[in-house]
Amino acid sequence: MALNITDIKRIAHLARLEINEQEASQTLTKLTGILGLIEQMQAVDTAGITPMSHSQDVVQRLREDVVTATNQREAFQANAPILGNGSAEKAVDSGLYLVPKVIE
Amino acid sequence: MINGSLKNLSQMLAKKEISSVEMTQTFLDRINKYNPTINAYVALDANKTLAQAKAADVRIANGTAEPLTGIPFAQKDIFCAKGWQTTCGSKMLANFVAPYDAHVITQFDNAGAVNLGKTNMDEFAMGSSNETSYFGGVKNPWDFDRVPGGSSGGSAAAVAARLCAAATGTDTGGSIRQPASLCGFTGLKPTYGLVSRYGMIAFASSLDQAGPMAKSAEDCALMMNVMTGFDERDSTSLNRPKEDYTRGLGNMQGTQPLKGLRIGLPKEYFADGLDANVAKVVQEAIAEYRKLGAVTVDISLPNSQLSIPVYYVLAPAEASSNLSRYDGVRYGHRAAEYDDLMDMYMKSRAEGFGAEVKRRILIGTYVLSAGYYDAYYLKAQQIRRLIADDFTQAFKQCDVIMGPTAPSTAFKAGEKADDPVAMYLQDVYTIATNLAGLPGMSIPAGFSNGLPVGLQLMGNYFDEARMLDVAHAYQQVTDWHTLIPNLDKPNLVLPEGKV
Repeated sequence: MALNITDIKRIAHLARLEINEQEASQTLTKLTGILGLIEQMQAVDTAGITPMSHSQDVVQRLREDVVTATNQREAFQANAPILGNGSAEKAVDSGLYLVPKVIE
Repeated sequence: MINGSLKNLSQMLAKKEISSVEMTQTFLDRINKYNPTINAYVALDANKTLAQAKAADVRIANGTAEPLTGIPFAQKDIFCAKGWQTTCGSKMLANFVAPYDAHVITQFDNAGAVNLGKTNMDEFAMGSSNETSYFGGVKNPWDFDRVPGGSSGGSAAAVAARLCAAATGTDTGGSIRQPASLCGFTGLKPTYGLVSRYGMIAFASSLDQAGPMAKSAEDCALMMNVMTGFDERDSTSLNRPKEDYTRGLGNMQGTQPLKGLRIGLPKEYFADGLDANVAKVVQEAIAEYRKLGAVTVDISLPNSQLSIPVYYVLAPAEASSNLSRYDGVRYGHRAAEYDDLMDMYMKSRAEGFGAEVKRRILIGTYVLSAGYYDAYYLKAQQIRRLIADDFTQAFKQCDVIMGPTAPSTAFKAGEKADDPVAMYLQDVYTIATNLAGLPGMSIPAGFSNGLPVGLQLMGNYFDEARMLDVAHAYQQVTDWHTLIPNLDKPNLVLPEGKV
């Protein structure tokens, strides 16, 4: 399946990566090479083979429904990014994170 | 002292020949001297490091020391260490200070080990040359024009240049073993699930596994004793009894300590694509193993050639999902200027990730996108089972598998940087064990044109202790693992009589 520039832009949007024309063009060349490598898989007959998602045949453990994590809001918010758009402050206010308005 | 084994260093500390503070300072001095050139470390904090050394000296004085107490280690910058800058080699996390410790870091802390600093790496562990790091490349200590391998390139250079007693690494497709081969030391990727991934920044969760990078098999065994163990915070951590990985090392004496050991030689690992000089060194190492009493068995891993295509579906798919957490909201890079929320995501991620990480996110997004799942992701998972089944069959005929670790010796910086497919082929011999979840190891086996060559050992699940014995037996009768580069003349001096 040959990719084109429109595909690259669509995938980049799905991945939430801004991409300009020049980057999209370079990415197309590189991804086409990589997908050529991946294409070798198609020569193998895998009918009836159970997919292997994990090397260990283990099931998810359950734990007691008790509180195990303590509130570390301040420690975690010390890593908040800079707000941007002209502000050099951290993107936090009253213990909450600041993001652009999403509800009108 | 800088060449001392972990056991030697521990004995020196126990006998009070040197304090942990003095030992740590010796390494810090070397780091100050050589790191500006080699770029192995991306974060250093002498105050924190020396405080740990002082605490270790107290433990040694009051008789509560353990085997690694007071010994200085380097930690790959993929492990969160509380209060330390933890970047994973990315601009995305350039200002991230970890608010908690990874399980591996906790284990070293509990053992009284000293953290010398955080080591450079390919961005989010995606690379085989350390060239994708936001913090710049790392020099191979044997030849400063060449790469140390990757992704654990900083840890690799630090071990080879003796800028630490030993280091940690992580291996998703070869990131401990390929740099161990290119820099000439011993590295082990354990069975998947033996070392907790808690606090280890995720790349491809079903493949990522941490392990030791050290001067010898014995040193790796001592580190395995500290690093392994059940951790309920990692859903894939295996709850098994603790093992002593050093238990068999003492038996590797005498003329034929490996009598009866069956070494499998997969024909696919000695076919086209392997450098002729590397092949020669590997064959010589295998001949040495025959002298130690082992017998060799020809085996086949028929689907191993598919491991690269399979890996470049599964690892990017898992990465695209794992790396979706970097959205510029709560931590990590946020763009300086943006319009709305979507624009903030798009710009923050475009600016925060480097080119290789973006490529893998795009591949992963593509193979998981509607309409392509069966052709790529499902197909890759099916072939993953065929690859794992090949090993199951092979281990009916042999106890350990041997072959080259990497297809060539260290290559020049820039040589493959613009050709992702050529770079990916560096891991052609290492990826299959990650897909199967098996343990793999690389040990120094000789040199080709003055550059180290690694021999790879692959074992069955949970067979690390035997692999370490097998590596240790070789290191009792050879001295490749004791040779060190001359950092003051890195491009000129070849080990005397060893080339």
